[in-house]
Amino acid sequence: MDLLVVLSFEALKAVASLALISVGLAIIFGMMRVINLAHGEFLMLGGYAAIVATKAGINIWIATLLVSPLVVGVIGVVIERTIIRFLYGRPRDTMLATWGLSLLLVGLATTIFGNTTEGISAPAGSLQIGDYRIAAYSLIIIVIAIAVFAAIWAVFRFTRYGLIARSTMQNADMAAALGVNPSRVYAVTFGVGAGLAGLAGGVMAPITGIVPTIGAAYVAKAFITVIGGGPAILAGTVSASVMFGAIDQIITYLSTPVIGEVALLAAAVVLLRFMPQGITGRFFRRAA
Amino acid sequence: MIINSSVNRRSFLKTTATAAASLGLIGAGGRAFAQEDTIKIASLLDLSGGLDAAGKPMQDAITFAVEEINQAGGLLGKQISLITYDTQTDMRLYPQYSQQAALKDKVSAVFGGITSASREVMRPVLRRLNTLYFYNTQYEGGVCDRNIFCTGITPAQKQSKHVPYAMNKWGKKIYTLAADYNYGQITAAWTRKYCTENGGQIVGEDFFPLDVTNFGSTIQKIQEAKPDFLYLVLVGGAHQSFYRQWAAAGMNKQIPMASTTMTIGGEQMVLSPEETNGILLCFNYFEALETPANKAFLERFHKRFGADYPYVTELAMATYQSVYLWAEGVKRAGTAERMPVIEALESGISLDLPSGKFSIDPQTHHCVMDINIGQIQDRKINILESFSQQQPLDTSGVCDLKKNPDDNSMYVIKV
Repeated sequence: MDLLVVLSFEALKAVASLALISVGLAIIFGMMRVINLAHGEFLMLGGYAAIVATKAGINIWIATLLVSPLVVGVIGVVIERTIIRFLYGRPRDTMLATWGLSLLLVGLATTIFGNTTEGISAPAGSLQIGDYRIAAYSLIIIVIAIAVFAAIWAVFRFTRYGLIARSTMQNADMAAALGVNPSRVYAVTFGVGAGLAGLAGGVMAPITGIVPTIGAAYVAKAFITVIGGGPAILAGTVSASVMFGAIDQIITYLSTPVIGEVALLAAAVVLLRFMPQGITGRFFRRAA
Repeated sequence: MIINSSVNRRSFLKTTATAAASLGLIGAGGRAFAQEDTIKIASLLDLSGGLDAAGKPMQDAITFAVEEINQAGGLLGKQISLITYDTQTDMRLYPQYSQQAALKDKVSAVFGGITSASREVMRPVLRRLNTLYFYNTQYEGGVCDRNIFCTGITPAQKQSKHVPYAMNKWGKKIYTLAADYNYGQITAAWTRKYCTENGGQIVGEDFFPLDVTNFGSTIQKIQEAKPDFLYLVLVGGAHQSFYRQWAAAGMNKQIPMASTTMTIGGEQMVLSPEETNGILLCFNYFEALETPANKAFLERFHKRFGADYPYVTELAMATYQSVYLWAEGVKRAGTAERMPVIEALESGISLDLPSGKFSIDPQTHHCVMDINIGQIQDRKINILESFSQQQPLDTSGVCDLKKNPDDNSMYVIKV
């Protein structure tokens, strides 16, 4: 019984981690249609921001939950203003540009921080469940993921910015005719997506440690999750995270981490074969 | 494809023959120059990438050994010049730099390679190019090749002491976590052998590629199996997160750990004391060794690299000592040429070095050395027990270079 609780808890943590690392991409790619191959590097920058801030004596919670998203969000706005805004509607060029950007960011991080694994210890101690002990930090990841998704949903559903952003993504010309400045909306939305990636990077840093090349481990999973999720970005990301995270974790428990990853990828292939539009292309079509 | 490639191969052979001939000419000139000037050696170590934590102290050690020998007047009246290649934890760079060191720099000996995988990439290249090779990492044993000298500690020296010691201390049920390549797999097999021979039981065994960072479900599996202690053969920066996650789950206070690799990258300085306290180690060298040779070494070393130098690791000491073994071979041979040096090293060289008496076993080209069990406490390592002059029995069981000097194998020893 305890084991079942602990295992479901681990699976839930895997789901939450997957949802967190994908949510920034869900906005940038799912909503803005920008194929951002530098998404993994945004996470990496978030991780470094958290580590540098923590080592500079800032409280670890402030570092991961505030510094990381703010730093990467600002970097995101700068990148949108200098590179991405010239490339809307040109997916192939965007892909090349963001790929180049990803290489550049890896190179810069290597120059500044060195090609070494850096890490911080996870805060918050451990919990006892029956005979088992788990890291309390896992619970915190789950809570953060839920909070982030609730916040995004509320912002896009209930605020004026949310309404404007959604309408601009649907029809920029129409929004402009109604007095909205689409260029600003794009910049802000890209910044929000980047900031969420930074937050995920900061939150994951105590678990995985950070190297300049860690983005490669994230970017494929994030894309698979967002594409597997389909057109409704929030419901899609959540449902795909649940499916892939649970499969990964259960198979990892039954065999090894390698087979777990293989199972995740295999599940994604099968899913897209039968539902090319992703999960929300078939189910929950009216979800956000 | 095959037809094409054979045509290409012919023209390729032609060009390489020409290239080799011209290289030979340049080489002849270079060597004549070198005879008056310096003796060159090369180090091929990962100074960046996932293994840099292990590689950097090794590079400091080889630099220090070369500087010391040079300050003492050099070798055969010549200075040693050290050529450094950073292999960047990238398997493709090992053969490339090995070739460069042998063909372009024409070094007398190459020191380096960290993982067993990298050694098995370098070894055939250096053997083919007749360049002496020193491999200075603890490894799984079984290399049998007259061109290589292995100064690292092997399972018959290490696990044979480490595993029973931990079992006496903590109990008979072991859970092994190991890196998923030859070193991890073979070391896990040796652990199983010494565990069952001593009446113990392996209750779990998991292998991880070097880039795995999430150990969450493994930690649950371990708790389910309820071992008396963990035997860890984890390698590199990514695997460090195991110690963090283990402590974050509070398990560091429940199940003790023995590790074959902890501290070789100075991990005890990076991780917090709570995450590493109590880990049981087994190596040839610890800084805490109370010998006059070691105390003098540490004093000189800290003068050169600063009093706050993190830790002289096992691999760094093996690297440092391998340079002295090679230098002794060169002195006895009266030349830095490969064959005379190999023969001199096979004549039974034994030196008093910081880690104690250190001798080359001519039959296997491995080393006979002291073994120490240590335990981490607040970033320091206390020595608990010492075993004098251990033979590389694993390798000597399969390898006899006196009888078969042409042997060129990596024996996977049946355990």
